[in-house]
Amino acid sequence: MKKIILSTAALAFSASFAMAQDVVRMGTEGAYPPWNFINDSGEVDGFERELGDELCKRAELTCEWVTNEWDSIIPNLVSGNYDVIIAGMSITDERDEVIDFTQNYTPPDPSAYLAMSEDVDLQNGVIAAQSGTIQAGYIAEQGATLVEFATPEETIAAVRNGEADAVLADKSFLTPVAEEDPDLMIVGPDVALGGGVGMGVRESDTELKETFDAAIQSMKDDGSLNELIKKWDVASTF
Amino acid sequence: MFSYCTDPQTLSGLTWLSCYLTTGKHMAFYVSFGTVLLLLAITAPTALLFGFGGAAAARSRIAPVSWLGKGYIAIVRGVPDIAFFLFFVIALDQAFEWTRHQVLCPDWSEPIRQGNDFVVCPQAKLPLGDAPQWVHETYGFFVAVLTFAIVFGAFAANVLFGAMRAVPHAQLETAAAYGMTRRQTFWRILVPQMWVYALPGLSNLWMVLIKATPLLFLLGVEDIVYWARELGGTANPRFTDYPHGDWRMWYFLALLVFYLAFTRVSEIFLERLMQKLTHGQATTGGEAQRKAPA
Repeated sequence: MKKIILSTAALAFSASFAMAQDVVRMGTEGAYPPWNFINDSGEVDGFERELGDELCKRAELTCEWVTNEWDSIIPNLVSGNYDVIIAGMSITDERDEVIDFTQNYTPPDPSAYLAMSEDVDLQNGVIAAQSGTIQAGYIAEQGATLVEFATPEETIAAVRNGEADAVLADKSFLTPVAEEDPDLMIVGPDVALGGGVGMGVRESDTELKETFDAAIQSMKDDGSLNELIKKWDVASTF
Repeated sequence: MFSYCTDPQTLSGLTWLSCYLTTGKHMAFYVSFGTVLLLLAITAPTALLFGFGGAAAARSRIAPVSWLGKGYIAIVRGVPDIAFFLFFVIALDQAFEWTRHQVLCPDWSEPIRQGNDFVVCPQAKLPLGDAPQWVHETYGFFVAVLTFAIVFGAFAANVLFGAMRAVPHAQLETAAAYGMTRRQTFWRILVPQMWVYALPGLSNLWMVLIKATPLLFLLGVEDIVYWARELGGTANPRFTDYPHGDWRMWYFLALLVFYLAFTRVSEIFLERLMQKLTHGQATTGGEAQRKAPA
């Protein structure tokens, strides 16, 4: 019993310590518009930038933005190079075993295929996806030939140059691409994947997780989260 | 940047280009060239130092020291660069933090390893959690330099080890005959003469090092290849004032020119250095220089 009290005291102490420094480092990819991207002046911008800044304001935290390659985004979180992943990361069971997620800040949303023509073979064709994403996992299960790329941009380029028949990604990412390029179009039915997008935190960081959970809840409650989702057109609303 | 850049949509041709090429994002691109050059400028001498240490250790008469030197050369040379960079940098960073943790927070009761997480006390964090972003970036940069130095140091050690053995044995025996100690022979006879044998191998390494700098982004340092990919990628008008198609080819072309120019300059410099080192050496090159009309 005494031990429990002691360790709780130590925990409270360490928690207050963590709160005292108040700087939370937000890790993102910076290559996935409209979720997160680098704007003309070289800064992180997009839906998650605005959302993250608002959440930090509500939680009274000072936040700093860091970009990291998608492939190593989870290892760098658990080894403490930053404190939060906010990079359009869908909540999945596999990821949940390694890190913890806050509640989702966008509802589970469809993924879609983007291709050069309507009549591509989505079942047995060659499909591109970004490595380490839920879409890549889905294609691998489906039996189509999967080609993986490190960045979202490269998956689109693969379709343009014929290396892949289609690309599977979040619909909100593909729609602006399809609108802009007359050669590309959304094809086939939407695919429902993942459990919505949440912020990733270290499993030991329960304090931070709860802080952000509360901030997200308050944005859900007063409708400002829905406004932000509509503004950036990233997902359906709650 | 320029006063006429406020509304890029109305611009065209060269004015548009002048605005486009001076956005904050492009400035970061230009700065990254400096980052790469700085990395090379610091890494090359450090790697040489590691190499010299490794080679000297491998030659040592004391068995454990020799094993250490040979082990370093064999292990680092054998592990693929990417695996080394991904694993080693995180391990190195954690080793630093673990050491600081032991020193700074002796009373800490919680385990450092909690499942997948690596948790040290806030004071032991490197850099400290509340440090400004530039400190984090500088720290990341120096971890990168250290990693590059260790990897390339192993290759340099192997080259230098070979170069030390290539110095004619008669030279060393003569030194001994004059009564020099082993230490004196090493510093006064062996080291000054080995460079001419080491230089071809070292210049090779330098060229490989120049081309290896894109590995920087694996370490979270934004280098020229990262920015070229980022800037060249399709720019959607919804997210930028300067929309354009897939321009990666042009950006990579610029990188190609940069790398080619850089390697060419290096070659010229190394050629001159070789000339200088050959002077007065007991090699065919040195002999040719001696016979050439003055």
